[in-house]
Amino acid sequence: MTDTTAMSAKELLGFYQEELYEEARRAKKEGKLVCWSASVAPSEFCVAMDVAMIYPETHAAGIGARKGALDVLEVADEKGYNVDTCSYARVNLGYMELLKQEALTGITPEKLEKSPAARIPLPDFVITCNNICNTLLKWYENLAVELNIPCIIIDVPFNHTMPIPQYAKDYIAEQFKEAITQLEEICGKKFDYDKFLKVQEQTQRSVAQWNRIAALSSHKPSPLNGFDLFNYMALIVCARSKDYAEITFKKFADELEENLNKGIFAFKGNEQKRVTWEGIAVWPHLGHTFKGLKNLGNIMTGSAYPGLWNVSYTPGDMSSMAEAYTRIYINTCLDNKVKVLSDVISGGKCDGVIYHQNRSCKLMSFLNVETADILQKENGLPYVSFDGDQTDPRNFSPAQFDTRIQALDEMMKQNKEGVSNE
Amino acid sequence: MSRIETIISELSSISNNPRKAMEDYKKETGKGSVGVMPYYAPEEIIHAAGFLPVGIWGGQKSISKARAYLPPFACSIMQSVMEMQLEGVYDDLEAVLFPVPCDTLKCLSQKWKGTSPVIVFTHPQNRKLEAANKFLAEEYRLVREKLETILNVKITDEALNQSIETYNENRKVMREFTDLAANYPQIIDPRIRHAIIKARFFMEKSKHTAMVKELNSELKSLPVEAFTGKKVVLTGIMAEPNEVLDILKDNGFAVVADDLAQESRLFRNDVPSGTDPLYRLAKWWQEFDGCSLATDAKKSRGPMLMEMVKGSKADAVVVCMMKFCDPEEFDYPIYYRQFEEAGIKSLFIEIDLETTSFEQTKTRVQSFSEML
Repeated sequence: MTDTTAMSAKELLGFYQEELYEEARRAKKEGKLVCWSASVAPSEFCVAMDVAMIYPETHAAGIGARKGALDVLEVADEKGYNVDTCSYARVNLGYMELLKQEALTGITPEKLEKSPAARIPLPDFVITCNNICNTLLKWYENLAVELNIPCIIIDVPFNHTMPIPQYAKDYIAEQFKEAITQLEEICGKKFDYDKFLKVQEQTQRSVAQWNRIAALSSHKPSPLNGFDLFNYMALIVCARSKDYAEITFKKFADELEENLNKGIFAFKGNEQKRVTWEGIAVWPHLGHTFKGLKNLGNIMTGSAYPGLWNVSYTPGDMSSMAEAYTRIYINTCLDNKVKVLSDVISGGKCDGVIYHQNRSCKLMSFLNVETADILQKENGLPYVSFDGDQTDPRNFSPAQFDTRIQALDEMMKQNKEGVSNE
Repeated sequence: MSRIETIISELSSISNNPRKAMEDYKKETGKGSVGVMPYYAPEEIIHAAGFLPVGIWGGQKSISKARAYLPPFACSIMQSVMEMQLEGVYDDLEAVLFPVPCDTLKCLSQKWKGTSPVIVFTHPQNRKLEAANKFLAEEYRLVREKLETILNVKITDEALNQSIETYNENRKVMREFTDLAANYPQIIDPRIRHAIIKARFFMEKSKHTAMVKELNSELKSLPVEAFTGKKVVLTGIMAEPNEVLDILKDNGFAVVADDLAQESRLFRNDVPSGTDPLYRLAKWWQEFDGCSLATDAKKSRGPMLMEMVKGSKADAVVVCMMKFCDPEEFDYPIYYRQFEEAGIKSLFIEIDLETTSFEQTKTRVQSFSEML
């Protein structure tokens, strides 16, 4: 076993990410079960049953970030997937198709061979949850049917009215019971409720450390750049029900606190303005977006996206767990969405907001106009939006992004000068 | 004018002029109308209140004002609905019932730009569980409460059960109509077929039932003539604008069955029997299958379409793909593969309500016709 005690947070992140993929590959080799899971589907059930987990969204983001998306997008395109649909889904469905071809013919397709992403095994079943979009229902229906495997669905109805009513939590909790029954059948063994409780407790410890990191961006200057959270997100997605996430996040939070005490900040030099980034990262152009902001003296200290995994609940209480998985801000009404984002902006002491009009994500794009308008009336901060995509590199224009953030930068400057002149 | 022609002309005129239908209803009953957004809202609750449920399905329109509120990758139908909201088209509605079975509708439900109050509810998607029925019945109970407050009426269980019967009767008559229409394509061409179905959205249902019933019996009395053209099944959200249907007609196609969200999907199942009307309405959603907006890990849509082709002796399926409708776009690769494996021919046409030029559709339909 590798000794991880001396590793830095960054090293731990890389180590555990690889370890998770290796575990899944090993499980497949040994004839154990592998499950593909939506990123904010409850992980507790499968982990309690010792099922190896793969998270296609994270995998797709990885392919995008390593510039390997176009090859697999082409495969999805040939299968009839419209280029207008979510690029995470298309990357994964294209990748799945390559794995399927390999399994059927014994020959590794060239595109799979040269894919820069980690190799993942095909699933024995899938689990999905629509708390971050209904696309995840459609995508997983297709996986289940193409591979002829079971699909566990956790449906968390859109919360058009807040607070979340008890009957909605009851419906979700009933589905947890159904998921357990399905899992017992798939795994051919009884559900281990004692282990489940331990996994729930582990999940809470991971989430607590994750929240500890996110809270650090409230310091001014900030020891944390929000873009780091985009990177560490891999583990809150893929390992929150294991100690891998807790260990890594604790280490990272400790390092950041130590830096803070020593006066070492995320922005080398002087951070001038702080921004909130609303939406998913543009993975294929992560470097460009990061540098674009940095070169203007801006640091990202607010993002509601990492908060999607703030699944805090009381272990042992299914209703409380149901609530945690359904209250995700994009699964709630506009009023609540605005409230969450408002807290993110004020928590990060931000000077402006950037909205990602994400071609892949209708749910995270179609309320941006209203959200921005309400928030600006509330806090007076300038904002811009830009057209992008989480994984399809063709839907992002670096020049447009640069122009928009320059405009934001100027507005933030004027705002700041205005304040200091008063 | 024959009786058949008269009925067709009346229903076509209603389907082309919802505003007049609303005004006539008001004159007749003193009551107003409630808008019903797609998809699958329990309009029986509005009917039971004595108000006219009016379907909101957008329209052929160029988009300008809506651009400020929706990016270009929102589906064509919602672009046109948004444009009309901004024009105040829906402001005479007493309320708008708003289901949210896709991500676009979730967002749209939060940004209604008209003046009418909006009543949002969520369909459960883990539909085969009993817990889903309970959840949906509870959502419907709140819909009823909100409607009662806004419309200032009491909606009793008795009235609601009665309305369900009225609707079931309409569904039955509509199924008869679509079966009959397949035998009389010379009379019921694609545009007329659509108009007769569409008129449902703007009429008190028993009135619509009575007219279609009469049409059915008139049709039945006529001899079935040989049809030399090709027969197709339509699938998708909708097959508007009318030009699309005319292109089918001009190329000798008859619509012998459909699986459109705006048409047969609404009446292929009855609301099941029972005593609690809200539970009955919820149960309808559980039993409903083969629609991109109703989650189904078995994806029964492809096999269902193939059965439909077989049953109606159709030559092919025409996929009417609503532009930027991701639920429909995700279903396509699966049933397309199943069609290919089964040797069923299909034609993909894009539905864009903003289009005024149909040359591309024309060319595609023409070459498809030659291929069959």
